[in-house]
Amino acid sequence: MSLIDSLPRRKAFSSEVDAGSREENASKQKSGAPFRSDRNGSSSSAPKLPKVDGLIPWIVPLAIVLVWQLACVTGFVPSRVLPAPTDVALAGWKLLLSGELVRNIWVSFWRASIGFVIGGGIGFAFGLANGLSQLSAKLTDTTLQMVRNIPHLALIPLVILWFGIDESAKLFLVALGVFFPIYLNTLHGIRTVDPQLIEMGRIYGMTDGELFRRVIFPGALPSIFVGLRFALGIMWLTLIVAETIAASSGLGYMAMQAREFMLIDVVVLSILIYALLGKLADSASRALERLTLSWHPAFQKK
Amino acid sequence: MQEALRFQSVDAEPVDRADIVVQARQLRRGSEGATRGLSLTIRGLRKSFGDNEVLRGIDLHIPSGQFVAIVGRSGCGKSTLLRLVAGLDAPTAGSIAFGETPRAQDVRVMFQEPRLLPWARVLSNVEVGLGRERSSADAQARAERALVEVGLGDKRGQWPSVLSGGQKQRVALARALVSQPRVLAFDEPLGALDALTRISMQQLLERVWRDQGFTAILVTHDVAEAVALADRVLVIEDGRIAQDVTIDLPRPRRRGSAELAALEGEILKHLLEGSEDTQ
Repeated sequence: MSLIDSLPRRKAFSSEVDAGSREENASKQKSGAPFRSDRNGSSSSAPKLPKVDGLIPWIVPLAIVLVWQLACVTGFVPSRVLPAPTDVALAGWKLLLSGELVRNIWVSFWRASIGFVIGGGIGFAFGLANGLSQLSAKLTDTTLQMVRNIPHLALIPLVILWFGIDESAKLFLVALGVFFPIYLNTLHGIRTVDPQLIEMGRIYGMTDGELFRRVIFPGALPSIFVGLRFALGIMWLTLIVAETIAASSGLGYMAMQAREFMLIDVVVLSILIYALLGKLADSASRALERLTLSWHPAFQKK
Repeated sequence: MQEALRFQSVDAEPVDRADIVVQARQLRRGSEGATRGLSLTIRGLRKSFGDNEVLRGIDLHIPSGQFVAIVGRSGCGKSTLLRLVAGLDAPTAGSIAFGETPRAQDVRVMFQEPRLLPWARVLSNVEVGLGRERSSADAQARAERALVEVGLGDKRGQWPSVLSGGQKQRVALARALVSQPRVLAFDEPLGALDALTRISMQQLLERVWRDQGFTAILVTHDVAEAVALADRVLVIEDGRIAQDVTIDLPRPRRRGSAELAALEGEILKHLLEGSEDTQ
């Protein structure tokens, strides 16, 4: 996603560099200036881009809400099947006033974060260990790969038997779900750091610690972020399932309670909040990505 | 000085400007002697990878401060020789002795790829070259001096990804130079550059070599480059030194002159004959 988004930006960016370097231009003239039309195109449309850029992603969701509202108002969709967005907003407002909404969101958010920190932390640690040490990889990788192929949600009956419907059951499931994407991508990132750079670091007398800090970790970071974003998705998915099956608080619980009383607007509200929370987590990770990967050509602004 | 340096940020610009050379030389020669380079003696050097014997007995003496170019067809073992000299690989047999025991930062290598850390700014990349002295108080000042020396003083805060190929290679050169090495090994450092950039880089290499007086060993497949830069050209064939040509022409050498062309032709002829023999 991020790669595709940044493609036009990168193109515009590289053409600017080209313009500044006579050597590049010389070589370009030799090859028949294949980028010339490209450069003109991007420079003329570039100033307009940022303003439109912020709005474009929201056009489709807004249109869906609009169509949805129209369908409900005209009676095309009966309100027993799907309440209108305005009804959902009203239900949200009532729950907000009663304090129930904030409490449930906070409980879910807390579960998600703690589970994520535990599972992500362990996954990251194993990724580092197995990426850096052959012995550790030989010892644990096979086991982890076997465990990985068990869908972690299949463990729900077992987890309920072990932990009851306590907090620990949900934390355990979230941690387990988050563990593998972080582990796999950290491991992959470390394994694929350019060996030429590692050789360079050794030649210039870096100690193992320095080599890790200055070469291996920054090199693995883009891949670690891919894992992070996968993990965030799995984090919400796991939590939804865990909370709908066994919980006494949280967003999933709120939705299940509403179903008991046929409050379909609250059910839809919970689903929409999940969508927003997921989007929020993704945006946060992308902001972090932009901050730490500012060296990466894909993240450089013009 | 600033004025003149600004010109150099373009790769295709001739770098060999007399005023800079004089100033830079005065800066260097003030503290160090003219021949800081280490001499190098290689005896019976062999290297094999499994059953494949790449170097089959090299005997060679390089006086301190000499600029030696090593040419040969690909796979002849010239890069292997360079890696052995730089201490990146261990020889199977034989010995490599320097005039004095070198410290780690006395021998530096420059590769065909710049091998810059993409996540470090240009200046930090040059600081990497200081090795163990990286944390010393004057590290940044030394890195800046090295960057100015290769004409990239104004690029210190850039990411490597925005630099052109030639500029990246000049940062790599600054990184190799910053520890003031006494032996500098070049493994086809200009192989991936276009013709114009290559010529200006050759002039830059020659200039820093004359200023700093290190012993230079340049592996290249470009015979014209070898003849233009080196005091001595070694032709390697089948893991042995097949030809040892002294290039006794005054510097700066005029590109395309008849003498250079004649020497180049001679070495090329030898190389081509060799290839016919083996086919």
